[in-house]
Amino acid sequence: MADYLTTLCLIVVLAPLTGSMLAGLFGSALGRAGAHWVTIIGVAIATLASALVFKAQVFDGAAVLNVNLYEWAALGGISFNIGFLVDSLTATMMLVVTFVSWMIHVYTIGYMHDDPGYQRFFSYISLFTFAMLMLIMANNFLQLFFGWEAVGLVSYLLIGFWFKRESAIFANMKAFLVNRVGDFGFLIGIAAILFYTGSLNYTTVFAVVPSLTGTTINVFGNADWSVLSFICIALFIGAMGKSAQVPLHVWLPDSMEGPTPISALIHAATMVTAGIFMVARMSPLFELSEAALTFILVIGATTALFMGLLGVVQHDIKRVIAYSTLSQLGYMTVALGASAYSAAIFHLVTHAFFKALLFLGAGSVIIALHHEQDMRRMGRLSRFMPFTWLTMLAGTLALVGFPGTSGFFSKDAIIEAVHLSELPGAGYAYFCVLAGVFITSLYSFRLLFLVFHGRDNVDSHAKGHLFESPPVVVLPLLILAVPSLLLGLVAIGPLLFGGYFADAIHVAPAHDVLARLGEDYHGVLGFMLHGLMTPPLWLAVAGFIVAWYCYQLRPELPGRIAAASGGLYRLLLNKYGFDDFNQAVFARGARGLGGLLWRIGDVRLIDGLIVNGSANSVRRFSGLIRHAQSGFLYHYAFAMIVGLVLLLALFVQDWPALLAQYGLMQPR
Amino acid sequence: MISSQLPLLSLLIWTPILGGVWVLIAGDNKPQTVRYLALFVSLLVFALATLLYLGFDSSRGNMQFVEFGRWIEAFNINYHLGVDGIALPLILLTAFTTILVVLASWEVIERRLSQYMAAFLVLEGLMIGVFSALDAVLFYVFWEAMLIPMFLIIGIWGGPRRVYATIKFFLYTFFGSVFMLVAFLYLYGQTGTFAIQAFHELALPLDVQKLIFIAFLLAFAVKIPMWPVHTWLPDAHVEAPTGGSVILAAIMLKMGGYGFLRFSLPITPDASMALDGLMIALSLIAVVYIGFVALVQQDMKKLIAYSSIAHMGFVTLGFFVIYAIVQNTGSTSGATLALGGAMVQMISHGFISGALFLCVGVLYDRMHSREIGDYGGVANPMPQFAAFMMLFAMANAGLPGTSGFVGEFMVILASFQASFWIAFLAATTLILGAAYTLWMYKRVIFGDIANSSVAALKDISPREKLILILVAVPVLLFGLWPQPLFEIMNPTLEVLLDTVTRSKLGGI
Repeated sequence: MADYLTTLCLIVVLAPLTGSMLAGLFGSALGRAGAHWVTIIGVAIATLASALVFKAQVFDGAAVLNVNLYEWAALGGISFNIGFLVDSLTATMMLVVTFVSWMIHVYTIGYMHDDPGYQRFFSYISLFTFAMLMLIMANNFLQLFFGWEAVGLVSYLLIGFWFKRESAIFANMKAFLVNRVGDFGFLIGIAAILFYTGSLNYTTVFAVVPSLTGTTINVFGNADWSVLSFICIALFIGAMGKSAQVPLHVWLPDSMEGPTPISALIHAATMVTAGIFMVARMSPLFELSEAALTFILVIGATTALFMGLLGVVQHDIKRVIAYSTLSQLGYMTVALGASAYSAAIFHLVTHAFFKALLFLGAGSVIIALHHEQDMRRMGRLSRFMPFTWLTMLAGTLALVGFPGTSGFFSKDAIIEAVHLSELPGAGYAYFCVLAGVFITSLYSFRLLFLVFHGRDNVDSHAKGHLFESPPVVVLPLLILAVPSLLLGLVAIGPLLFGGYFADAIHVAPAHDVLARLGEDYHGVLGFMLHGLMTPPLWLAVAGFIVAWYCYQLRPELPGRIAAASGGLYRLLLNKYGFDDFNQAVFARGARGLGGLLWRIGDVRLIDGLIVNGSANSVRRFSGLIRHAQSGFLYHYAFAMIVGLVLLLALFVQDWPALLAQYGLMQPR
Repeated sequence: MISSQLPLLSLLIWTPILGGVWVLIAGDNKPQTVRYLALFVSLLVFALATLLYLGFDSSRGNMQFVEFGRWIEAFNINYHLGVDGIALPLILLTAFTTILVVLASWEVIERRLSQYMAAFLVLEGLMIGVFSALDAVLFYVFWEAMLIPMFLIIGIWGGPRRVYATIKFFLYTFFGSVFMLVAFLYLYGQTGTFAIQAFHELALPLDVQKLIFIAFLLAFAVKIPMWPVHTWLPDAHVEAPTGGSVILAAIMLKMGGYGFLRFSLPITPDASMALDGLMIALSLIAVVYIGFVALVQQDMKKLIAYSSIAHMGFVTLGFFVIYAIVQNTGSTSGATLALGGAMVQMISHGFISGALFLCVGVLYDRMHSREIGDYGGVANPMPQFAAFMMLFAMANAGLPGTSGFVGEFMVILASFQASFWIAFLAATTLILGAAYTLWMYKRVIFGDIANSSVAALKDISPREKLILILVAVPVLLFGLWPQPLFEIMNPTLEVLLDTVTRSKLGGI
């Protein structure tokens, strides 16, 4: 069984890599169709193999696979390996990643149809799939970090895919650098893990960490911190970068400069959830630090509410969805903080489907309107694009948590879990996630009304050739709509309350909010009925009503509200000033400091004063004593006599005796 | 074994030197002959180096392929050669890089071609001599002789300010190495021999050790270079022709690192331990301070030069953080990690900085400018070149999967075992390294076509592509699987660590 699974896992990672290499290195030889065939077949094989792994792990009850493939490096008694850890958590992620990636590969045929960089694009997204799989299948921190940075690289390449655009190449560098700030913390966390546990292997680390509960680390002055809290928070800083949590979220909205398929794949469904996955994977570690869990809870709650608010004022269709992604990532993070890891992963999975669907739907609208992204120049598109409209409606219902849809189950589970959490900050978090429901509903239906209903603002030129997108675009939408709507119904029972993740996720009994939630769980229907009587549903309905009133019934109203609210509106429009602050302080500050160190330190002090300075003094000195070289014999003779006398005086120490010897002086 | 019958090290030293003379004799008027001859010699040397690698017994950490001959008997100076696990990779790197340099100069150098090729071949022999000398005087001779071809390379084929740069380069490094010679003479006085091994075994009181340490430091800190004696490097790089920059960055800087391992640490272990705070501080300044300085450079070569200094900061950090690690953890496990990481950083930097200078050379050959501001949108006319440069830029930024990651990762992990703050400051390279490298890449490669000269650029020729592929292979290989390097180095690192952590003060 283990050999069989190892082989399957190798196929899963190598098939997309092969596709990527073929399309990337031999793209011009393969041609456009050749490139999309090799990559799509590669990802399809990976999906199939993932499904087999999933079946073995989840249905056939295979043992957890933990295998080292090769030794990356070994020195000083430390062994760094590349290997796989496959349990129910990994198997679930593998299936989601490969399946969504596959859909997006197909969709790309339509979306990138006219793009000159067609082969390059397919090569990148297959490479991304490989990197993401390496990340989730890792059995050690080295490989995790490899995957972590590799997905960052592909994200960088894809955001800057249209590299002629100044905004795109600004956004991709920003994304990479902000992520590097997170990775900085992540690496420190990994270093601490190696130091305190002596290994980077998950199983070894998890076995050792409980013994570290009393250990402290001294970082600032006399303050002793718990080592476990230190490690967890350092690792979570990495997650904040990758999963775009406040204040390291700033790169994600700008990442929308990339082509839409990758906004769906990388910046919604998979890569940005790497941080969530990582924390869930590390649950045996995070469970040992309430400080870290509280930190996570508060950061996640803040992101969930305040980033959602920004979605309400955006006009760019992709940016609305991007802020929605930020907010939903906040929900997942809150769940992690509340120790409801399974709920976080559940929401990660449902979100992967419905958010990919929403992005791809938005992409379908964008190509139909010839790369128009401003919602103020859309409207009443439902007549032209019925499939796009219906599938986006399905995605929206899942996003706002309409009872029965997948998002309803996963989001309600999170809200209930936060409600039960007893960590400090849980009250604030509960408020944020509740208010977030209203906001989610408001921006989601605002988008739907502005794009598909409301007033028709499409310019007449674009309307001339406004059609539903081709089948390669619509088909993935339809396929993704199925799990968006139905997955929750079948998955909630086993996933949250059925011990599905028993082999992968560890929750301390004191934190186990899902177990307490499970005590009241009596099947899907009961959960739904319960949902009808709780605030989230009514908040979502309220959001819908406000959106309907403002954007369908009285379209002139939002402008008036914006004008009246003045400062608040500007605050939202400026994204709370994070970008301006970073630009002014970090970007300009670093350049200023660099210039200062260079001009003052290197040029003026070291080179000016010391290096060239000493050369100059040598020149000055030699210029001075050059005058001694006069060329007159008597000058030299005189100098010789003086020198001889001086030397004599110096070397003949007992000169009184000497003088006495020649009778020039009386002996003592 | 073939290797046991052949004096491989002597062949490795003298083949390129004699080959250089041969190339010189061939003359400037037969450029094609000169090119193929130089290529032949460099390939032959690489083949010899491969034999060395194949014959090397990686289970042992002592000197192998030892050759011994009397040279100047009056002073007990000997022609004494040998390699261990830290010299061998550097010799391989030297032989490999010279091939790249010969290929890179192929059609580019039009003036005095045979002299140019000869200078590099002679230089190669001398550099291999430095890495294999076991006698201090022999080492010193190779060390100083090496300056001459490099002096000529920059002085003859360099840029407009080449005279300033050569004199600065020469005086700077010469200034440093004179102190090394004084230290050698003192050690000779104590042992009656110039055998480096005898120096290792010599017990010395702490204050003497400190003086010797500082004498060595002046030589090696200039060479590697460390802040604040680094300012010769950017000038030398800017003025040097492409081949000169590649050799300078890839090999000559490593001499400093090699010197620390071969002389400073084992000869003066107690002084190294006593002064490790200073060394760590200087290394961290190199990482952080130089990182910021690199950010604002407008000249691509200068930027890569500063980036080299920052990367060499990791080498010296890895070397000198070992004492704090051993003290803090009571075991040598983390110290081995630090030393191994620093060694890999040296080798990897050889490939990456060499590759980046080759990339700049490709652009310079076409545009005759190194100013970042003269470029923009190079990816449009040169997509293949842009892809290669992306790989090397990412490797420079330490991306996992490239060799640039391995050394930094290990040194940071090891530094944490000494102190959180050392690891913290060292890890800033993650942000700074990415910032200066990617910002340069963005301004040069990305964007719309900036001007008509960029629009007229032609993508890399097959020859240039071959060079870049040749150097891309080890960058990726050692990123994905650095174990072969550790396989060679591990026993030597153990022996070395044992030497450098054993106090010499007990016997006095």
